[in-house]
Amino acid sequence: MNQYKVWIACLAAPAIIAVLLLIAGSPSAAASDQPSAANADVKIDNFSFGPQTLTVAVGTTVTWTNRDDIPHTVVSTDGVFKSKVRDTDEKFSYTFDKPGTYPYYCSVHPKMTGKVVVQ
Amino acid sequence: MTNKKQDLIDQRLQDLNNDGVDRRGFLKCMAWAGTGMVWTMAGGIPASRAFAKGHGKDAGKKGDFSFVQISDSHIGFNKPANPDVTATLQKAIDEINALPSKPDFIIHTGDLSQLSKPGEFDTLDQVLKGASAKQIYFVPGEHDMLSDNGEEYLQRYGKGTKGSGWYSFDHKGVHFAGLVNVANLKAGGMGSLGHEQLEWLEDDLKGRSASTPIVLFAHIPLWTIYPDWGWGTDDSEQALSYVKRFGSVTVLNGHIHQIMQKVEGKVSFHTAMSTAFPQPAPGTAPSAGPMKVPADQLQRVLGITDVNYLVSGRNLAVIDSPLADAGPTTPVPGAAAR
Repeated sequence: MNQYKVWIACLAAPAIIAVLLLIAGSPSAAASDQPSAANADVKIDNFSFGPQTLTVAVGTTVTWTNRDDIPHTVVSTDGVFKSKVRDTDEKFSYTFDKPGTYPYYCSVHPKMTGKVVVQ
Repeated sequence: MTNKKQDLIDQRLQDLNNDGVDRRGFLKCMAWAGTGMVWTMAGGIPASRAFAKGHGKDAGKKGDFSFVQISDSHIGFNKPANPDVTATLQKAIDEINALPSKPDFIIHTGDLSQLSKPGEFDTLDQVLKGASAKQIYFVPGEHDMLSDNGEEYLQRYGKGTKGSGWYSFDHKGVHFAGLVNVANLKAGGMGSLGHEQLEWLEDDLKGRSASTPIVLFAHIPLWTIYPDWGWGTDDSEQALSYVKRFGSVTVLNGHIHQIMQKVEGKVSFHTAMSTAFPQPAPGTAPSAGPMKVPADQLQRVLGITDVNYLVSGRNLAVIDSPLADAGPTTPVPGAAAR
């Protein structure tokens, strides 16, 4: 039984420390589990966003590039961001400053949907 | 018209006749590539025939008339699938002007432009000016609403229309309603008419005699062709419920750049070819993007649609014609690329 408790403690301790560090405003301690704040890309190919779900760190700038022969848009379902129409090879960028889940779609071809998860 | 083409028409007629309704003789359709479509209104039932054969034979009775549907001209598109969409639109207009019986008007079922740019609309207007039929009715496609919620389109083509550009009119006893299903589209959805337009349509049709032939036209198909590619309209069932009591209903759409048709009870559905570029048959490609065909085959997969209304025959005939003779190869759009 004692051994079992020790195992639990060993597993729990780093997690508790990580949580405490996060609360203390030092997310760098947990950086190995987190996507780093930088740049990330979403490609539009064949009427779809790839990757369909993109997970990024707070502060990341995401750039969408339309690689189709047909124009598309990148529009937040909740009204957070909205690109102008993007023709072939045109780009749209948005910087995510707050954590959350940001679903979006192409307002021209609404079957095209994706989301950005900001942690 | 070649015998092969006539055989194809006959085969298609045979298929359509399987629903127990005798349409032989007045419903003929040609799946050609690259032009437009001629509709014959004869008592309210649509029929399609080849341009070269039969057309004009039935015409001439008082009240008979024809009109032409063109669609998806995508002026401004310049990718390999068709580097010169203005030239193919011009070819479509030439075809219309060469029709043996002059159409009363033209209906354009949307995607006039590629990017809703003023210059693209200018070019379109310039080409359409050369059409012998001076009256042209438009509905927008999603490509025409890309900036400022379709302001540019509405200023040019939406005078006197309601909401995002819908309207109705009567012509020689036939009632036409031009609908808009490309505005305010919702994430994950297909085309949408919206509550306000549906209410208007219900009201617009109310009080009309059930014997009035009805023609509904809109850009995205008002029947579900392929949901994965958004080829349908989420609330079209509601719209179609308003026309159920009518003896003859014809639904004309574009958007999918190929001929598809279905007859359901008294309602005939038909999609037209593009004048710009073909798109793949549903599910035959990774996406619905422009389909590249060999340059010498392009005009076989673009076309116009001629619709003839014959009072005596109580039916409406639809004739799809490619910009170029389909020749001995299969004329079914989509098949050409496989």
